Amino acid sequence: MKSYLSLRNKKGSFSFHIHKKSLLCAAVCLLLTAAVMVVSLGMGEMNISPLNVVKAFLGMGEEQDALIVTQFRLPRVVIGLLVGAALGAAGAILQGIVRNPLAAPDILGVTGGAAVAAVAFLLYFESVSIQWLPPVAFLGATLTTLILYALAWKKGVTPLRLVLIGVGIKIAASAVITVLILFSPFVLQNKATLWLTGSIYGVDWNDVKMIGPWVVGLIALAALLARRVNVQQLGDEVATSVGSLVQFDRFALLLICAALTGAAVSVGGEISFVALLAPHIAKMLVGPSFGGALPVSALIGSLILLIADLIARTAFSPIDIPVGVFTSAVGAPFFIFLLYKNRNR
Amino acid sequence: MKSLLHSNPLKIAGVCIGLFLLLYLSYFSLIFGVIDTSWQTAIDAYTHFNGSNEHIVIKEVRVPRVLNALAVGASLGIAGALLQSLTRNPVADVELFGLNAGAALFVVFAVTFVGISSLTAFTWISFLGAAASGLVVYLLGSLGRDGLTPVKLTLAGAAITALAASARHGMLVLNEKALDEVLFWLSGSVGGRKLEFLQAVFPYMAVAWVGAFLLARPIQTLLMGDDVAKGLGQRTLLVKIMTGVVIVLLSGASVAVAGPIGFVGLVTPHLARYLVGVDTRWVFLYSGILGSAILLAADIAARFIAKPAEVPIGAMTALVGIPFFIYVARKGLEKK
Repeated sequence: MKSYLSLRNKKGSFSFHIHKKSLLCAAVCLLLTAAVMVVSLGMGEMNISPLNVVKAFLGMGEEQDALIVTQFRLPRVVIGLLVGAALGAAGAILQGIVRNPLAAPDILGVTGGAAVAAVAFLLYFESVSIQWLPPVAFLGATLTTLILYALAWKKGVTPLRLVLIGVGIKIAASAVITVLILFSPFVLQNKATLWLTGSIYGVDWNDVKMIGPWVVGLIALAALLARRVNVQQLGDEVATSVGSLVQFDRFALLLICAALTGAAVSVGGEISFVALLAPHIAKMLVGPSFGGALPVSALIGSLILLIADLIARTAFSPIDIPVGVFTSAVGAPFFIFLLYKNRNR
Repeated sequence: MKSLLHSNPLKIAGVCIGLFLLLYLSYFSLIFGVIDTSWQTAIDAYTHFNGSNEHIVIKEVRVPRVLNALAVGASLGIAGALLQSLTRNPVADVELFGLNAGAALFVVFAVTFVGISSLTAFTWISFLGAAASGLVVYLLGSLGRDGLTPVKLTLAGAAITALAASARHGMLVLNEKALDEVLFWLSGSVGGRKLEFLQAVFPYMAVAWVGAFLLARPIQTLLMGDDVAKGLGQRTLLVKIMTGVVIVLLSGASVAVAGPIGFVGLVTPHLARYLVGVDTRWVFLYSGILGSAILLAADIAARFIAKPAEVPIGAMTALVGIPFFIYVARKGLEKK
């Protein structure tokens, strides 16, 4: 059996390969995500059975259920979906171009940079519309990426230097945030600290409108560039010799990665380790080809974040634990496992 | 590489200058701040105490602060030098190693679940935390064929720090009372700590300082490589364990007094080696003096930058230390 579905027109001006296994995996992940969404919508202070949740969606349920589901819980779940997808995709892109299994935007300080910009925005540009938060976080993430790349550059960038300097930048970012918060009025300090712990608590439809287009558009864009990522994975020399603009592509992909991270940070704060976990699971499922790994990684990112948020929301009810606490509780041991696995590289 | 101070008289002169610098910085730290006082007032506070604001400030705030900075700075400096020698790693530091995070986690755990609030218990718990996380990071970092490498060590430290931080956040969310008690401590500062904290841990610090200098010779031998050291008849494992114990004592005591402060120990050994070369005894001595000086200076700066508020000193040292870390990471790793 062929492992690819080929879509072509007669003239041959259009040709698209689809990896069957990836398609299957993506479909299963999609179903799982939908199931978790329904469960998550039903659980909370007032439990609603999954059936009633679906009914409420279709407009056949009771009015009260419909209100709770669509107005109170749905925005949070959709945000979880979007933030998780953004993180998963960003991680997949970064691992593709850095060619290092330990690379992730949060470990390399990109998330920290986005957070610095966002905290500065929250604290010092109070009067400006919150709609500007994603572009600002994006700007921070991009600047950090550029600084990181420049500092790690010494006749080329080696993964080793990138990781070490990334860790340094991450610590510097958290020090800057401490100082920023310190210099700000007391009222705003709480807002900033709460936001920083990495939580999707108290989001509404405005947040969805704010980052939705970004995330969807950027992931689509990344999918279009899938071939270029695949070429990058072969190494700089091979990629150059088959006619890829290596440095340009790398730069463009880094920008997309920074933009996705910025979008995720602007709503969710610093949620660690999702961007590290998702691409690894995706690659285990569908192999390293980026065309398949990207969508699966995005879906797995959503799945992880939704499950983590569900646990964070319900386990210690009525206390709402920041979701970032749970993702790092799972992610850090996995990171240690990766360290162990790559010990001889 | 030839060091700046290459003969013994020069090195001794350097120590004298260093001590003089410490004295000067202490004087500055004692006299200036939100309330400016004078040398005379400082002396009067002890000889003719009259209960005035200035006198109380000097006795209760400034003097403990100076002493804390001196002791903690020296401990962190020496701990950094020991760590870098033990791991033969130019980017080792108590913060990057996850020692601070481990100590912080254990303290928060103790306050939240065991309800401990006594000083001595605090001290022992932070020792324990520093030791546990240090051991885990060391083991994780030395996995694999090529042994301990800076990158593995840094990543292991980052992972343990993240894990400890998330556990800590989780506990603090569950227990808001503990948050109030611990948050101040977590930010890292040499100010606002009463002298009793320092008194409780000073014996351990002093023992560790002496231990470091006694270990200097064996460590010098160890730096030539495990095989050479064994060939010369050294019990390398014993030396390594002793060094580890001293490091834990130093960093645990520092954390207990001042909370997590990073990067002092990263910078000092490099500066010390630049000044006095590779002789570990001199390097340790200079690291201690430089550590005190850096922490005192950072504390004074932290007070003045945002007057009347204060920048947490941990953030100050991180902001100064990170560029240095990046410089070392760029420069020092090619040789490995």
